[in-house]
Amino acid sequence: MAQLINKKANSLKRYLMVLILSLFSLQGYANEAVPVAEDPELEKRLVNLAENLRCLVCQNESLAASRADFANDMRREIREQMRMNKSDDEIVEFLVARYGDFILFNPPFKSTTWFLWFGPFTLLLGGGAALVFYLRRRRIQINEKDQPLTESQRLQAESLIKEMNKDQNT
Amino acid sequence: MMRFLLPLAAFVVLVIFLGIGLTLNPRQVPSPLVDKPAPPFRLQQLYDTTKTLSSEENLGKVWMLNVWASWCVACRDEHPVLVELSKLGIVPIYGLNYKDQRDTAMQWLKQFGNPYEVSIVDADGKVGINYGVYGVPETYVIDKQGIIRYKHIGPVTVESLKNKIIPLIKELKG
Repeated sequence: MAQLINKKANSLKRYLMVLILSLFSLQGYANEAVPVAEDPELEKRLVNLAENLRCLVCQNESLAASRADFANDMRREIREQMRMNKSDDEIVEFLVARYGDFILFNPPFKSTTWFLWFGPFTLLLGGGAALVFYLRRRRIQINEKDQPLTESQRLQAESLIKEMNKDQNT
Repeated sequence: MMRFLLPLAAFVVLVIFLGIGLTLNPRQVPSPLVDKPAPPFRLQQLYDTTKTLSSEENLGKVWMLNVWASWCVACRDEHPVLVELSKLGIVPIYGLNYKDQRDTAMQWLKQFGNPYEVSIVDADGKVGINYGVYGVPETYVIDKQGIIRYKHIGPVTVESLKNKIIPLIKELKG
């Protein structure tokens, strides 16, 4: 009995050991992935800004996320400009002047992008208007058709029902 | 009749938009620098490291700035075209050696020919950023007033020279 308990405790120990070791390996990985930042405050600002900027080489990634050489250079450039006390707006302006609006994930509001900004709402309004129009017309059509039966129509219906019942009974 | 025509019309419009979207090349990002002054630079020359070249020295002439690197595979495709162009003597080509090693760059030019009037060194890519470079090779045509008139992204081909670049250079030279 005591042996059995001992055995169980041993396997539990082993299990715990594996668990603890696996935690350590995670820690090691996390340490490696963290970028070496000299100035965490600046780095935070950089990531904030770069998240909204497109990496032009790997186009669906942000400058903050990309590991491309180009993104690296751009981050370095942004970092330098931040150290020169430039505001975020000034830096974005600098980049847009060289790479165009395409570098922004949020397209600016101007005449060439009106369709982009208003298009969905116009479509929604248009669709809503069409729906209201259609439903109203249908209601009118239904109302028009929904008249009480005339006397002759009622008699005709009655005789039809009688005939049907007779057919079923035989 | 309208019941079928309206969705059909909407569908056709959608197809046209998607069709246009499919034929566009997402890599061809139009440069906002076209028709703007070329960003000034003063850089060390590749061969004679004691000398520099500044963009101001090229004022008064039509010139081409070609961004290249020995590590760039597409530059190899483009290079013979540039060598041929330089032989025609229509326009001086200046090379911006972008984020490269000096000795491999010189080795590369020795092997494939040197079409450049002068090659200048942009080791850390800072001038590249000023010119909006994001993929090598890129080529700029700059006029006598120092205004960028055209930007070609990707390798210069014989067709692009014939159809666009050479006519433009002739026009700019007046």
